[in-house]
Amino acid sequence: MDVLVVGAGIVGAACAHELAAAGLSVGILEKNEPAFGATAAGMGHILVLDDSEAQIKLTAYSRHLWHSLAASDRTEFRTTGTLWVAANDEEMRAIELRRDFYRKYSVDAEVVGRDQLYQLEPALAPGLAGGMRIPSDAVLYPPTATSELLDRAFRSGATYLRSEIKRVGPHSVELVNGETMEATHVVLATGADATKLLPTLRIRKRKGHLAITDRLPQPLIRHQLIETGYLQSAHGSDDASVAFNLQPRSTGQLLIGSSRQFESSREVELPIVERMLKRATAYVPALRDCVVTRIWTGFRAATPDGLPLIGPYPGIPGLILATGHEGLGISTSLATAKLVRQHVTGAKAEIDPTPYLPDRLFPAT
Amino acid sequence: MKQILINGKPQEIEEGASLLVVLLNNGQHTQRLSVSGANRCGICGMGICFECRVTVDRKVVRACQTGCHEGMEVWTDAR
Repeated sequence: MDVLVVGAGIVGAACAHELAAAGLSVGILEKNEPAFGATAAGMGHILVLDDSEAQIKLTAYSRHLWHSLAASDRTEFRTTGTLWVAANDEEMRAIELRRDFYRKYSVDAEVVGRDQLYQLEPALAPGLAGGMRIPSDAVLYPPTATSELLDRAFRSGATYLRSEIKRVGPHSVELVNGETMEATHVVLATGADATKLLPTLRIRKRKGHLAITDRLPQPLIRHQLIETGYLQSAHGSDDASVAFNLQPRSTGQLLIGSSRQFESSREVELPIVERMLKRATAYVPALRDCVVTRIWTGFRAATPDGLPLIGPYPGIPGLILATGHEGLGISTSLATAKLVRQHVTGAKAEIDPTPYLPDRLFPAT
Repeated sequence: MKQILINGKPQEIEEGASLLVVLLNNGQHTQRLSVSGANRCGICGMGICFECRVTVDRKVVRACQTGCHEGMEVWTDAR
C-alpha cells in the first residue's frame, strides 16, 4: 500500500480523497465512526483568518478549494459570509487594520459602518459600532462533508478498515489486535488524540462547547456573526474564555458558540454554557426566545503557536502528521490534504509548506 | 371538566394533567416532524430528549414538562 491514513475525521477524509485521486493506493483506518471526534463537534465555518501570514495563506487557499470542490447539496455548503462585529470605536479601529491585512493577501473584506451593520443584520443589539464583512466565507455541515470526501476517496479506490492502532512505526502501524500493516507513508490525522500515539507531540486538548436551537420559523440572521474579541479568546490565557459566535444553519437552526478551555473532561459545564449564552444574547437579544435543544462539547487539537502540524514527523520514517488544527480543521482540511500530497508525491501545493512543518516544534538535534 | 384545544380541536382535560400524556391518550403519537420529515415523539418523558416539542400559546415547550390548563392552545407544529 502507498498510504495509510489514520483517522477519518474531515482532515483524514480530505487526505484520503486527495491521495487516492492522485492515483495512490490508500487505506483508511478509523477506530470509531467517520467524523466521530472534533469534526462532528465543530461548527463548520469555512473562513479566512488573519491571525498570521501563515494562517491567512492556509485558510485563504483552503476556502478557495472548498468553493471549487463544487460542493454537493449533502455538504449543506452555503456562502453566508462572515460578519465580524465591532462593539465600540476601539474595535472599529482594530477592524480597519484587519481589513488592510486581508486586502494585502487579496481576500475581499469590507468595513461596515453602524447603519449598514443594522441593515445587514437587524437582529443585532443596539449600540454596536460596526463591523467587517468577509463575503466569501461559508458554512457547511461537517459530518456530511466528511462522507462526501470519503465517498470520493472510495470511488478512486481507497479502502476502509475500522480498527484502532496501538503504535506507529517506520512505514507501518500496529493495530490493537497485534497485526502490523505496512505502507510507504502513514498519515496521522487523529486530531487531539495524536498524543496517545506520540506522547511528546506538543498538542493540548482545548475544549469547546456548542449549543443548537430548534428550527426558527423565519431566519434571524444571515451571516455567521463573530465578535471581534474572538481572536483574544482564541489566543487567550489558560483560563476558560467565551466569545460570541453565531451561525445560521441551512435547516433554520442557529448554532451558538463559543468557549475555549484547556480541559480534558467531556462533561458539559453549565457555568461555561451560561457565560456563552449570556454573551450570545447580549449581541442578539432575540435569542432569548429561541429553544436550545442540544448542547455538546468537543476537543480542539491546540499547538503552542496556533498553526497545524502538517508534514514529516522527525524520528519515524514514513510518518506524516496532519493534526493540530485547533478550531480550523474543517476550514483548512482541503489545503492540509494538498500539503500532505506534496510531502507524499512531490506535487507542489499552491502555498509554501514550511510554516506548518512539525519539526519547528521539536528541539534541534 | 376543563377544555384545551389540540390543533384547533377541543379536548376535555383534568387541570394540571401532563400535556404529553393527554396527547398520547388522544392518539397524537407524533408530536412533530424532524428536519428530514420523520415522525418524532417524546422518548424520555422527563425533559431530557426534547423530542416532544409542541407549540403552546405560541411558545415552543416540551409537552412532557407542561401541565394542561383551561383554554390552552396546542399545535403539533414545532420544528
